[in-house]
Amino acid sequence: MSTRGDMAAGLKTTLQRVLIPVAMALVVGGLILLVLGKDPLDYYGFVLQRSLLRWGGAQETVTRMAPLLLIAAGLIVAFRAGIWNLGGDGQFLLAAVASAALAPALAADLPRALNLVVCMIVGALVGALWSVIPAMLKARYGINEIITTLMMSFLGTSLANVLIKLVLRDPDTTVPQTRSLGVDDRLPRLFGTTIHSGLVLAILAVILVHLMMTRTAFGLKLQVLGANRAAAVHAGLRVERLTIIAFALSAGLIGLAGAVEVLGVWGSVRADWNPAFGLLVVPLVFLARFNGYAVIGFTLFFSALMVGGESAARRVGVPQHYVLVLVALLLLFLALVEYLDQSRRKPSAA
Amino acid sequence: MSALFTEPFLVSLLFGAVTAGLPLLLAGLGEQISEKAGVLNIGLEGMMLIGAYTGFLATYHSGSFWLGFLAGGVGGMGAALIVLLLCIRKGLNQIVIGIAITVGAEGLTSLLHFVQFSRSYPRLAAAPIFAVPAFSQIPVLGQGLFSHNPLVYLSWVLVGMLTWVFRSTYLGLSLEAAGNKPAALDAAGVDVVRTRSFAVLCTGFLAGLGGAYMANVGAGLFVPFMTGGAGVIGIVLAMLARGRPLWVLIGAALFGASLAMTTALQVAGIDVPTDVVQMLPFAVVMLVLVIFARHSMLPSALGTSYVRGER
Repeated sequence: MSTRGDMAAGLKTTLQRVLIPVAMALVVGGLILLVLGKDPLDYYGFVLQRSLLRWGGAQETVTRMAPLLLIAAGLIVAFRAGIWNLGGDGQFLLAAVASAALAPALAADLPRALNLVVCMIVGALVGALWSVIPAMLKARYGINEIITTLMMSFLGTSLANVLIKLVLRDPDTTVPQTRSLGVDDRLPRLFGTTIHSGLVLAILAVILVHLMMTRTAFGLKLQVLGANRAAAVHAGLRVERLTIIAFALSAGLIGLAGAVEVLGVWGSVRADWNPAFGLLVVPLVFLARFNGYAVIGFTLFFSALMVGGESAARRVGVPQHYVLVLVALLLLFLALVEYLDQSRRKPSAA
Repeated sequence: MSALFTEPFLVSLLFGAVTAGLPLLLAGLGEQISEKAGVLNIGLEGMMLIGAYTGFLATYHSGSFWLGFLAGGVGGMGAALIVLLLCIRKGLNQIVIGIAITVGAEGLTSLLHFVQFSRSYPRLAAAPIFAVPAFSQIPVLGQGLFSHNPLVYLSWVLVGMLTWVFRSTYLGLSLEAAGNKPAALDAAGVDVVRTRSFAVLCTGFLAGLGGAYMANVGAGLFVPFMTGGAGVIGIVLAMLARGRPLWVLIGAALFGASLAMTTALQVAGIDVPTDVVQMLPFAVVMLVLVIFARHSMLPSALGTSYVRGER
């Protein structure tokens, strides 16, 4: 029954819901820069030029999308199932360390492709493993997973450092880090660019997750769980099992992100390295309204902001943590626009 | 291992436990007030961080530690005001806003610190210490427990005060009703929104105060991201204490002790990477959660906004 007019109206509201928060975050963020005595137009211009208009920067931006997309895929599974997996950083780092430890050790014995696949699977498993305790506590006793995943995340971040410094340390380097994976053994690059093939995997993963959540019976079960836990119990779904599976899938995808970042970009993990992507991806997933296709576009936008922001830190004198301010503003305005939208739709309430 | 139980080691451990535990205690007590009233402050970490920043700044410019504590509390309240306006009054998602507050506080404080101090981290003078007469003369315990900044003793008094407020005052009853059965409180003629707003402002003040203590007394300087999960521990403390302030104190002391372990072990001549010790409090919390999972209870209306007349 959808007519052309309906579709146009739908498109319009979608655009409003997306563009207004983004624009407001950028404007308010710009005002903050202005107050601090920096020229916001200068900053945004520099970011845009560095991250998208230069070939080198653009390649870096697109490369950065790979881990972000995999994390987004993981968050989509969790959020759609009504689970707040905020422990992404710990899951990401431990998986990164596991694959960084394994890859150079196996490189001599296994063919490149097999080695990479094994390391990615191990990364995903390690990520999933790190979600088991919060998942069990949530499934069995209904303990708030926000708190437990955050705790596990702090624990995982420190554990990753301990492993690097005490167990996996490369004896040949002064700065504690794992043994480096040779460039020839890393994920193959795409068409002579610096972009590695993990990007293809990430795009595939996010699309598959979208299809799984929207087109399969299993996805529907998770959505029911997310929409109303009590209803899911009533419908005879095995809520405990579903919760644990959704958690494992989510954390596994985030673990895969860690493995891909190591196998594709760095080749090793330094002690105290923590890109802290986990919470940064949250607003992107909200902006996309848990839609896997939409999240690809937002990830490109955000990746450009990050990569540009990093070089702006060196050149314009705005620290890269400014991106965190933008993320917070984005979350704030997203929630606000959502609220205004809802109160407009049911004027009788309140 | 006999070197472990010498007097310097025990003093250092006790003193460190109190110093490191105090921010957790204040934040945990603050969170307890909110949780009682049915508001889940995921932004506690951000409130602490803002308090640490504003508190440090005030003391840095004025030289007064009391002014610093006040500024820290007010800074935390400022962050709590966002929760008040958006979540309690407008009913926006408390989790999304909580994440926004934490992430925003991390970004904003490091941005402001960079603009003012670039990459230098100026130190404050040592915080004033008040040795409790007589008590501070007790061997080990005296130096470990009774030679601290006065805020420490005030916080211990606060534990007793809150116990009394929760147990035997009308205010305590109202807070509890706002968390468990907001509609009943409303029917009794008490404004749910106002009760919850009051609770959240208290939380902001206490969390900010804890942050200010952490920066001004604990560290003597401000470093971006310095709270490092203290807010999350505060939330867990409140969760496990099930509304009893004394339990927050006990928990904070235990976590403070595990945080103070590094320095104490170094005093005893044992070198352990800080990362191992940093894991301790979180490992302990997870262990406690796994063991006592069935016993951590939260108010039934926690995290949901109250809309009058809605079922």
